[in-house]
Amino acid sequence: MIVADRKQIPELRDMIKDFDRVLLVGCGTCVTVCLSGGEREVGIIGSALRMSLKLIGRGDTVVDECTIERQCDDAFIDALAERVQEYDAVISFGCGVGVQALAERFPKTPMFPGLNTQFMGLLESQGVWAEKCAGCGRCRLGEFMGLCPIARCSKQIFNGPCGGSHDGKCEVNDDINCVWQEIIDRARELGMLDKLEELAQPQDWSTYRDGGPRKVVREDQCIAGMGPDAEEGVQ
Amino acid sequence: MKNDTIVLALCCHYCAYAAADMAGSMRLQYPPNIRVLRMPCTGKIEENYVLSAFEYGVDGVMVAGCLEGGCHYLEGNLRARKRIERVKGILEEIGLEPERVEMFNLSSAEGPRFAEISTEMCERIGKLGPSPLRADRSRLKAGIEELQAEADAVLEGEKR
Amino acid sequence: MSTKVGSNLERVLSEGKFAVTAEVGPPRGPDPQEVIKKAESVKGIADAFNVTDNQTAVVRMSSIAASKILLDAGLEPVMQMVCRDRNRIAMQSDLLGAHSLGLRNCLCLSGDHQVAGAGGKLHGHPNSKNVYDIDSIQLLSVMRGLRDDALQQGGDSIEPAAPFFIGAAWSPLATPIDFRTIRLAKKINAGADFIQTQAVYDLEGFREAMKRAEDAGLTEKVAILPGVILPRSAGMLKYMNAHVPGIEVPQELIDRMTSAPDKEARWEEGFKIAVELINGIKEIPGVKGIHVQAIEAEHLLPELVERAGLLPRP
Repeated sequence: MIVADRKQIPELRDMIKDFDRVLLVGCGTCVTVCLSGGEREVGIIGSALRMSLKLIGRGDTVVDECTIERQCDDAFIDALAERVQEYDAVISFGCGVGVQALAERFPKTPMFPGLNTQFMGLLESQGVWAEKCAGCGRCRLGEFMGLCPIARCSKQIFNGPCGGSHDGKCEVNDDINCVWQEIIDRARELGMLDKLEELAQPQDWSTYRDGGPRKVVREDQCIAGMGPDAEEGVQ
Repeated sequence: MKNDTIVLALCCHYCAYAAADMAGSMRLQYPPNIRVLRMPCTGKIEENYVLSAFEYGVDGVMVAGCLEGGCHYLEGNLRARKRIERVKGILEEIGLEPERVEMFNLSSAEGPRFAEISTEMCERIGKLGPSPLRADRSRLKAGIEELQAEADAVLEGEKR
Repeated sequence: MSTKVGSNLERVLSEGKFAVTAEVGPPRGPDPQEVIKKAESVKGIADAFNVTDNQTAVVRMSSIAASKILLDAGLEPVMQMVCRDRNRIAMQSDLLGAHSLGLRNCLCLSGDHQVAGAGGKLHGHPNSKNVYDIDSIQLLSVMRGLRDDALQQGGDSIEPAAPFFIGAAWSPLATPIDFRTIRLAKKINAGADFIQTQAVYDLEGFREAMKRAEDAGLTEKVAILPGVILPRSAGMLKYMNAHVPGIEVPQELIDRMTSAPDKEARWEEGFKIAVELINGIKEIPGVKGIHVQAIEAEHLLPELVERAGLLPRP
């Protein structure tokens, strides 16, 4: 899932200082599961934001809350269309995708992010989420025993571990496990240590952000007139 | 100076609420600033619930749950303590004194302890003074009734 | 080690002589005199001098520029290059530039993570973006391509080739310890001609690591120069033991430094320990030289090398 965490109230307050009516929009998908942007969290932030505005003499600002099922899907955003008209600005508590989906859908409404979107990851233990995938566009997990050095090594080293690995921990800090220790342990367990003796080649980053904004196009799914090559105005 | 602050006491009905009752029947004095609300369990108190109380304009909130290890629902009071810590953080962020909210633990047999902590809390809030978010009294009263109604709905549901 | 790149370090090693390299850290400012001063203080005590590349992620004069200043002062540099700060385009461009300036030795490293820069008294740049386009082993293979195939990593040819005497680091006692031999082999296969190791204090542990390398047939394929850092206080040893991955300091050495009554005695003990380590390391089969360091105190290196009986240099 996409993992995010909340911004501090003063930052949110400053974002909306020029607006009188603000709608906070939560998202019922990933950010609800990771307890950062669901109905409950938006309720907390809404309450805190209203108090915070009142304390700086802006108590007349209207701050309302609502949560939709999924911000990254236009079908669900539709439910919001009428309501958004009543506000001067929106803070989206979706991930960065949700914020942009709303921004694109509502070109006349200033759109702000309520969260800091962090990564694609997993719940590691109660209240702890960990990054697992960098979305590099060219998956090499097969080379690394199913554990990703791009997402999980502080130096993205393909032929690790570097000299900073110590007792299974990363040189950056002891809260980070050395993924190379884990890769090696798993390789040994699987009897595949010899696979790690080969030089792992440099990554082709052209499929990552380095190649420019990415798109996945499935021609077979592109219905005539609605695909990526559709001309403007063609219905 | 007269202390006219309002402190909401969110009391678990398995312990603190009974202790408050006992304090009353023992004729122990506790400050008139306290408004006791009966909670099904402090673990049922969400951050938003406490923040709403401040939004309505109360000056302080004390959350009183069972002794640690003695929660009827095993860990409700432990969750409450964590949540109250988080509320303190949010109050600090918005510029309100985090001391305006506090978590206490006591058993149903501790009437005197209830009187003691409510006195302590009222004195603390008195010193801090009224909340800058204080609204008019009628809105505050309505707000507190709303909070109790919300808790009552849960308590009702449990009886059924 | 077939290709002749014409470096002094390469010559000394190919003649089978016991090589000495020493480390020189560039200054945090732009003053060439600082480099020249350091150069003068260590001239003649080693066959080549490592010039660090923003070591511990603290911004310093570039390794290439400082290396060139050393070269002009009559010392042979080993420029260091880390993977943290440049992508493969900048790395290769810098390598070609370095070659054009007459630099012939290069040590490839991952580089300390940028958080390390804020670890001590300095601010560093912990908020910077790191690059790590390629890793240190991939960099070795890139350098071999520039040298042996006259090819850039992307496949474009260069004219002429850019031959370097290629170095790599080895931290034989860092965990996972049994994989360190495999990683050394990967470095050799990728193109390393010489190896400089993490500082050795645990002679026994290092001897065993060298045995594993020898058994894997690695010591005959590459010249290994173990590192020795001159100890100057018990605190320094304790710090390295606790915080520097791959450095294990036996308690006995810490005790020896602790029991020295004053600064003079401590320094004396430090020299004694370093000389003992060098002598011990020299006896280990497969060792081809020594890499000496005196962190932020390069002026002590001549005395160390002298006491270890490594002078004059060939």
